[in-house]
Amino acid sequence: MIGLAQTQAQGVFRWDWIGRNIDAIWDRTVEHVVLTVVAVSVGLVISTVLSLIIVRYRKTYTPITWTTGILYTIPSLAALAFLVPITGLSHLTAEIVLVSYTLLILIRNIVAGIDGVPQDVLEAARGMGYTRRRRFIEIELPLALPVIVAGIRIAAVTVIGLVTVTSLIGLGGYGFFILRGLSLFYSPIGTTQILVGTALSVLLAVVVDVSLALTERALTPWARRKAPA
Amino acid sequence: MIEFLGEVVAWFTDPANWTGVNGIPNRMWEHIQMSVLATTAAAALAIPPAVYLGHRRKGGVIAVAGVNMARAIPSFAIVAISLPFSIRLGLGLGFWPTFIALFFLAVPPFFTNTYTAVAGVDDALVESGRGMGMTQPQVVRRIEIPVASPVILAAARVASVQVIATATLAALVAWGGLGRYIIDGFATQDSVQVFAGGLLVAGLAVVAELGFSAIERWWLPRGLREPSEDIARVAA
Repeated sequence: MIGLAQTQAQGVFRWDWIGRNIDAIWDRTVEHVVLTVVAVSVGLVISTVLSLIIVRYRKTYTPITWTTGILYTIPSLAALAFLVPITGLSHLTAEIVLVSYTLLILIRNIVAGIDGVPQDVLEAARGMGYTRRRRFIEIELPLALPVIVAGIRIAAVTVIGLVTVTSLIGLGGYGFFILRGLSLFYSPIGTTQILVGTALSVLLAVVVDVSLALTERALTPWARRKAPA
Repeated sequence: MIEFLGEVVAWFTDPANWTGVNGIPNRMWEHIQMSVLATTAAAALAIPPAVYLGHRRKGGVIAVAGVNMARAIPSFAIVAISLPFSIRLGLGLGFWPTFIALFFLAVPPFFTNTYTAVAGVDDALVESGRGMGMTQPQVVRRIEIPVASPVILAAARVASVQVIATATLAALVAWGGLGRYIIDGFATQDSVQVFAGGLLVAGLAVVAELGFSAIERWWLPRGLREPSEDIARVAA
């Protein structure tokens, strides 16, 4: 009975660890967010360019999605292994790996979004005398936005998970706690760090996902009026 | 750079890297064996309830939650959590934490794909089956499972590629497999071994992806041929 009470008092999870490490948690939060934001932004720029090429020259769709599909298939740890000898244990290494996972997701969604714009809407714009460029920016892009944002959400959540793996090259955001927890696996402090790292990573993913969804709602008021979902 | 690649070639041609516990054949075999075990176990456990729920058209919430959870929880975290878990259960290091992690990783793709595919079978097909006097189990066996089979196969591809990728991290919980080269190489700053390990893992993942894609194309009955989407694919 006393033994049980003691185990309960000590617990598997050490709440006090969080209090003692609040500064480190904040630093890793910043690192996690910065790695994610840079990767998704760079990925979005590259994907937009490639998607525009695809929309203009259809034949490039298969080779581009095939190549980005292979990049997507290569395990993150293998990608790190390829790059560390070249770009070292650096942010650049981490970002190249993270960006490579966003491309397939983003390109598929951007192209699908633009393809999904109804033909009669395009006809109407042409009839009203829109130039190709203006039609793209004022008609196609806004109408494609929900599908594009859906892609950004998937890419962001995927990257947030993958950032943890970069702890193996000395970065990692919350993954730092998971990796350090692994090396202390025999103690409750280790378990606590693994759980804290995981929980914060999942929380960040949920927060980013919901914020992007809300941003999309705010940007597309017309969609809200038609389908309140 | 050329010099480095020369060293990588030398690593691959060194006979010492082809024998013993740390040789390529053994590490490759460990990796494949564990991946097949975990993927098969996940399929065996996830497909039957998914077929049942899909047939009853119930449980869509679980399927959606499954995809979202699988995406939000880092596979690295799943591997890490399985270690203290496995130790508490007295299963120790190495095989069990790896198996547990990979098993849980492979369940969502199988469940979601199977459920979505079975629940999405055209009502007209199911109705005509019933009209022909098929019993419920016959509808499941002769209509719903065959029509859903390409999407279930896609789940096998997605799950195995993900499992192969994540099995690399299992070197961190003291298991073997190809991840040993990368993790140990990082620890000893042996970039040649790290690079070689990366090549082996990436090669295995790409072979699995292309192999399953080929099987999917061959399997698909002509009447069902249309581009299938990866419903639950997650990067690892």
